[in-house]
Amino acid sequence: MLNINDVLETVRMIREENLDIRTVTMGISLFDCISDDPERLMQKIYDKVTGSAKDLVKVCEDLERTYGIPIVNKRISVTPVSYVGSSMMRDGYVRIAQTLDKACRELGVNFIGGYSAHVQKGAIRGASELIESIPEALSVTERVCSSINVATTKAGINMDAVRRMGEIIKDTAYATRDRDSIGCAKLVVFSNIPEDNPFMAGAVHGIGEPDTVINVGVSGPGVVAAAIREAGQCDFSELAETIKKIAFKITRVGQLIATEAAARLGVPYGIVDLSLAPTPAAGDSVAEILENMGLECTGTHGTTAALALLNDAVKKGGVMASGHVGGLSGAFIPVSEDRGMISAASKGILTLEKLEAMTAVCSVGLDMFAVPGDTSAATISGIIADEISIGVVNNKTTAVRVIPVYGKTVGDTCEFGGLLGYAPIMKLHSESCESFIKRGGRIPAPIHSLKN
Amino acid sequence: MKAIVTVTGKDKVGIIAETSAECSKRNANIVDISQTVMREFFAMIMLVDLEGLNCDFKTFADEMQSLGKDKGVDIRVMHEDIFNSMHRI
Repeated sequence: MLNINDVLETVRMIREENLDIRTVTMGISLFDCISDDPERLMQKIYDKVTGSAKDLVKVCEDLERTYGIPIVNKRISVTPVSYVGSSMMRDGYVRIAQTLDKACRELGVNFIGGYSAHVQKGAIRGASELIESIPEALSVTERVCSSINVATTKAGINMDAVRRMGEIIKDTAYATRDRDSIGCAKLVVFSNIPEDNPFMAGAVHGIGEPDTVINVGVSGPGVVAAAIREAGQCDFSELAETIKKIAFKITRVGQLIATEAAARLGVPYGIVDLSLAPTPAAGDSVAEILENMGLECTGTHGTTAALALLNDAVKKGGVMASGHVGGLSGAFIPVSEDRGMISAASKGILTLEKLEAMTAVCSVGLDMFAVPGDTSAATISGIIADEISIGVVNNKTTAVRVIPVYGKTVGDTCEFGGLLGYAPIMKLHSESCESFIKRGGRIPAPIHSLKN
Repeated sequence: MKAIVTVTGKDKVGIIAETSAECSKRNANIVDISQTVMREFFAMIMLVDLEGLNCDFKTFADEMQSLGKDKGVDIRVMHEDIFNSMHRI
């Protein structure tokens, strides 16, 4: 018989501390849908997605009931669409986006990722067409997410793509101006993009993946925050140990759901993403964890160290709990999706510069932050270039999901609703980086010896 | 399959009896029971074998949950593997 206190701890985590499975994401290869006949291509994509994932939502709902743990999102990732539609022009890509959106609606899946291209060294024709189609594709669809990989540690940074993505983000903001530029919340620019990430907006089904696969993202910032609160004024070794233990428990639930979902759906289990993903709900905040460690407000001095400790301990605890770990794996710090981050940014204590420093030691990057709508495309490209450089030089994934909210400026707030949350408009430098960005070409891959 | 029934809330007369009666009605075999009372807070866990259940799992779990609502306590039925996964290496 299980220990009563262990059982009650699990129930408390779910009931009071917002422990949940953040996403069960089915990866689906679309390579076998490729056709030069647009009608046939659309039909094959629709049939493949709706056929492969027909039981996804039902199986997840059964698992929720059986194990008593909420599965917040049921999602799909597909092969980067730039490869699948490489014979299409821009309007053909938009049709693919609409086809994916329709399949998602049919299935009851809330997001589909993979409207994506890899252009770290240069763009194939289809990738260029896809990039040009993004503003329209994200404005005429609800559930399609797009990601563009503009750099890798081995290839360096494609600055032509960085420059163009600054413009595309501006155009996407304008195309969705009636909804606080929400299109940009579904668009992310990456360095070193992972091929098995279950989280949006950056989920893609990589080209080395099986035909279909189940990847799971766990969550539980509230559980970690509570454990740290209970641990009290301990030293850092004990603090790290506390986080490791709780991360182990959280991840074990993810592992259980991943293997069960895969078995019931008859597809291979891929990875568990060891993530701490916040939501705007009370008690579900990564910033709260940092503040429970002893910071008066996230963004103040000590924040980067606290986040580094958290991120490392989460990985150490989680790795032992799961057979296969992948995706982004670490603490997420999206501004608009985390009540503590929103509060810190609203007070002006969490600045963009501090946020950038934080991304050097944790998962992903500059995520879900809003900037004035009149920010120039070059400035957005400059923000992207800075963040991507951190990833390329440090051999890690980084990304930028920035929303230049049309018609809004510093002092305003934008509202995306649901898990995407709300955010204050953050202040940027007014000095231009346009001459730097317009140089074009590639920043060479960094050297990985002579480390200092 | 085996499940864990957890009952938590303010202590009152008859909680164990009524939860057990519900299990019996649905032919859920109680394998083990453990309980504790801290101040006025009551917590009980029951390991139940659901092999002979005379309804589906969802119905059983929903009925237990509504019994809890009627009695002012929280009753949950969860597959034992979520606890085994989390607390055993």
